[in-house]
Amino acid sequence: MTRATLGWIVLCWVGFALLPWYGFDRSASPTIADYFVSGSAVAHGFRGAWWLLPILVPLGMTLVPVIRPSLRQKGTWLLASGLLGLALIVLQGFSIGLNGWTMDALKVFGEPGPRQAGMGYGAALASAALLIVLCHGLAARGWCRGDAFITSSIGAVVALILVFVFFPVSTILASAFADNSGNFAPSEFISKFMDKSIWGLDCVTSDLRCGVAWNTLFLGLLVAFGTTALGLAFALIATRTEFRYKKLLRVMSVLPIITPPFVIGLALILLFGRSGALSNLLWEWFGVPRSRWIYGLPGVLIAQLLAFTPIAFLVLIGVVQGISPTLEEASQTLRAKSWTTFWTVTLPLMRPGLANAFLLGFVESLADFGNPLVLAGNYEVLSTKIFFAVVGAQQDQGRAAVLSIILLAFTLGAFWMQHAWLGKKVYTTVTGKGDSGIPLPLPRRVALASYFTAIPWAIFTVAVYAIIVVGAFVRSMGRDYTPTFEHFLTAFRVERADWGLYFSGSAWNSFFATVKVAALSAPLTAAIGLLTAYLLTRQRFSGQRSFEFGTLLSFAIPGTVVGVSYILAFNVPPIEITGTGFILVMCFVFRNMPVGVRSGIATLSQIDKSLDEASLTLGARSATTMRRVVLPLLRPAIVASLVYSFVRAMTAVSAVIFLVTAEYNMATTYIVGRVEAGEFGLAIAYSTALIIVMLLAIVAIQLIVGERRLGRRSASAAPSPVAVQAVP
Amino acid sequence: MKLKKTFAAATMLAGTMTALSFMSAGAAQAQGALVMYCAVQEEWCRAMTTAFERETGIKVSMTRKSSGEIYAQVKAESQNPRADIWWGGTGDPHMQAAEEGLTEEYKSPKMSELQDWAVRQWEQSKQRTVGIYSGALGFGYNTEQAKANNIGEPKCWADLLKAELKDEVQVADPNSSGTAYTLLATIIQIMGEDKGFEYLKALHKNVNQYTKSGAAPAKATALGETTVGITFMHDMVTMVVDKAPVKVVAPCEGTGYEIGSMSIIKGAKNMDSAKKFYDWALTADAQKLGAEAKSYQVPSNKNTPIPPQAPKLTDVKLINFDFAKYGSSDERRRLLSKWDNEVKNLPK
Repeated sequence: MTRATLGWIVLCWVGFALLPWYGFDRSASPTIADYFVSGSAVAHGFRGAWWLLPILVPLGMTLVPVIRPSLRQKGTWLLASGLLGLALIVLQGFSIGLNGWTMDALKVFGEPGPRQAGMGYGAALASAALLIVLCHGLAARGWCRGDAFITSSIGAVVALILVFVFFPVSTILASAFADNSGNFAPSEFISKFMDKSIWGLDCVTSDLRCGVAWNTLFLGLLVAFGTTALGLAFALIATRTEFRYKKLLRVMSVLPIITPPFVIGLALILLFGRSGALSNLLWEWFGVPRSRWIYGLPGVLIAQLLAFTPIAFLVLIGVVQGISPTLEEASQTLRAKSWTTFWTVTLPLMRPGLANAFLLGFVESLADFGNPLVLAGNYEVLSTKIFFAVVGAQQDQGRAAVLSIILLAFTLGAFWMQHAWLGKKVYTTVTGKGDSGIPLPLPRRVALASYFTAIPWAIFTVAVYAIIVVGAFVRSMGRDYTPTFEHFLTAFRVERADWGLYFSGSAWNSFFATVKVAALSAPLTAAIGLLTAYLLTRQRFSGQRSFEFGTLLSFAIPGTVVGVSYILAFNVPPIEITGTGFILVMCFVFRNMPVGVRSGIATLSQIDKSLDEASLTLGARSATTMRRVVLPLLRPAIVASLVYSFVRAMTAVSAVIFLVTAEYNMATTYIVGRVEAGEFGLAIAYSTALIIVMLLAIVAIQLIVGERRLGRRSASAAPSPVAVQAVP
Repeated sequence: MKLKKTFAAATMLAGTMTALSFMSAGAAQAQGALVMYCAVQEEWCRAMTTAFERETGIKVSMTRKSSGEIYAQVKAESQNPRADIWWGGTGDPHMQAAEEGLTEEYKSPKMSELQDWAVRQWEQSKQRTVGIYSGALGFGYNTEQAKANNIGEPKCWADLLKAELKDEVQVADPNSSGTAYTLLATIIQIMGEDKGFEYLKALHKNVNQYTKSGAAPAKATALGETTVGITFMHDMVTMVVDKAPVKVVAPCEGTGYEIGSMSIIKGAKNMDSAKKFYDWALTADAQKLGAEAKSYQVPSNKNTPIPPQAPKLTDVKLINFDFAKYGSSDERRRLLSKWDNEVKNLPK
């Protein structure tokens, strides 16, 4: 019996016997006594909540191995008590609701039956501790080579995904198989699924429209190819060339990712719309007739390329940096031309990065909501169609669920194809061996190709952002260019009152709430994401593939569906958290975790396990190994997931639109409201402020985490006799 | 392994702290509190909130969303309602909620002061929702674009079918927007179902884009992205007040209208405050706030001064809009799928 196991057993008891089992009603003002003992499950149990008392049985069972240390089947006891405890908690939680029995079958025991509120701190702690006890039991029985940390981590991640992804999503997907009054009707599903507006192929043979599924797929593939190519060009320029404005290029490529939704779309309209700035120039100088080409596939494609290239870049730069020059030098020594080396050595080594970048680009495009909303015109995609199936004039949740299932199928298909392409090959290039090579300069044509894609794109990005900045400081972009600070004053006015500063601007509330939620969810996302990546790459356990799939699921489901499903699932006991900021944080953590997982996997699969082993062999404890070897090598992944989750929490729209409340209003819902009201100036001004906050946050994250330093010499550095620089 | 444990423990600690800090923040207190879902423009929502707080001392927690979003949320929350009152937004989702019993019956003492159309809305919904403002459907055109394209001055629905307006008309998709559904129902009520669909098919040739949001064509018209936009007239008026080169037109054949509504949520936690707000929101003093917040709908209380910029309903030829028929979910579903099959999928 380790001290850790004992500690968790104590925590089970604390959660059950000391802390308040139920959450407090919002109107109640709990006393200290409510927080300790008298609100606990034991107290409730003896005061009439008899259904809580059976939980004492598994709690008692946890004590058996404590009392009798000589017992041989300690693991089995722990396992059994954990399983039974969790089962009892779940069973009573789901069968007794706010208004009595929740299932009709139970009503034979009398109506309406006992009532109970949502779970509180005590229940949460007891359940968590029981879960860990269960995992310790598994470890004691020899799972994962008896490593309790690994089993607990797997258990915790699985439980979190079950509660915050599978549970809500299954509640809404069930409605795909129900008719309008909620009865089970599989025929409804088939008729909705086979609808012509989804699968029609008329655009191939005539000038009619194709089904929304094909549109989405086509757009997703184009975006995925485009972002991967652009991301690769940027990554190659940033790491392998002597390009003078590298730093600038890097900052610029990251700009779109920190841009709130709608803004890129609006800027594109103001540039290329029929009355846009550039269209006007083209008309006046060259007589190019103005048209509406931007509304539809071209517009969405450009906006999504602008928005998602940085994700590909962030994934690929870590991978390109990590490629060992040794292999390239070996290839050169064997007299391969630089082009051959690039094509047959460098590029294949980048496969994990390319595949992950492609997958992310594809999935992001599928899930994107803001850009299609503004720019898609008559080109319909699934994400907006789902949103309007829920909130539009149709109000058809079943249809939304059917469309979500199709969207989900596409994402999972992409995931499966990525796996098939990567196969079982090895991509390890960061090893402890002498990496004395010099990174190969890019072959001429690759360098040229990179410059020719990246630089025009960068200029284009600058133009779009110039429009955004100008838009924030003029009265009405596109019509009236009188300079003004009016928008900033409306949003961010601060007045001096007698008692201090008074934030009277209309945006301050949502601004503070957004920053708070983003700052809390970012580290959680990164931690859970990287832990999952570590489990997936460094450990072998049964069900690993489905585990990986589960982590990807929440990313694949459109935000609207997640939003509605969170309300359906978490508005009633046992888990009653709607209206709190907590639900927003959880929503963000599980929506953004996949990026942490993907970038963690991409980076970890490059790092040779023998590095960990070498450190261990040299006498370092595993804590030291983790701190001095693995985590520093993971820095790009840490930065990527921290940045991404912070930024996403500040810019997501569709999922949070249903979860915001008066206290926790988010910046994006405020901006959406402004855009709807036609106040582009204010929307853009607020977005500019958000961009600045996010830039500061990114710089801070970079400074705190630091850069990974690999022992690679640059061509200009003086050759050093030391083969490998020590990893910091 | 120790570090990993510390790491895991730190993560869990952070998680718990998050939970604690948020849960203890708590929401509105039950006494003297009101949770309001508001579906009009942010400024108007705020003005209503602060004015009501000042008047009664009741603390209002207001969340602004579109009407459809509020409907979806109220429905999802029906087991354990979070909101007390749903104020504003086009009438259809309110009617839908009333039909499904998501909202509460209430007869306000102020009913006698209301316009007939507001009372009719209340009667048709079996006392579950009441009209607070109304706005007529119409269209607006960009005067600069109209001059450049030599279109003249469209005055009637029929004028929108002119060949010169090919790809120059913008309107929302009725599947996603209540505004566009109002157009669909209006045209059918003016011309009859068969003729009405003939008209919509002809209009389809001139439509450059079916937008998602109902008010989007107003912005597009103001920016010159389209020459004509079909929206509620007050949305166009907002653009005119903002000095855009837009002219608002009340179609000569007559036109339909929306009734912005208010409902009390069934099972509201603060029922007394909700009723207090309901009564107050129907007074002339409360309804004056709309125009002050640059929203130019026509208020439902007879004594409210009508804003000078607002399109006067007396000048507009209003049809006798059958909200009961065209607001029912069966009829809506039928018309929408007919429109989808017969109009939207037509080649240009």
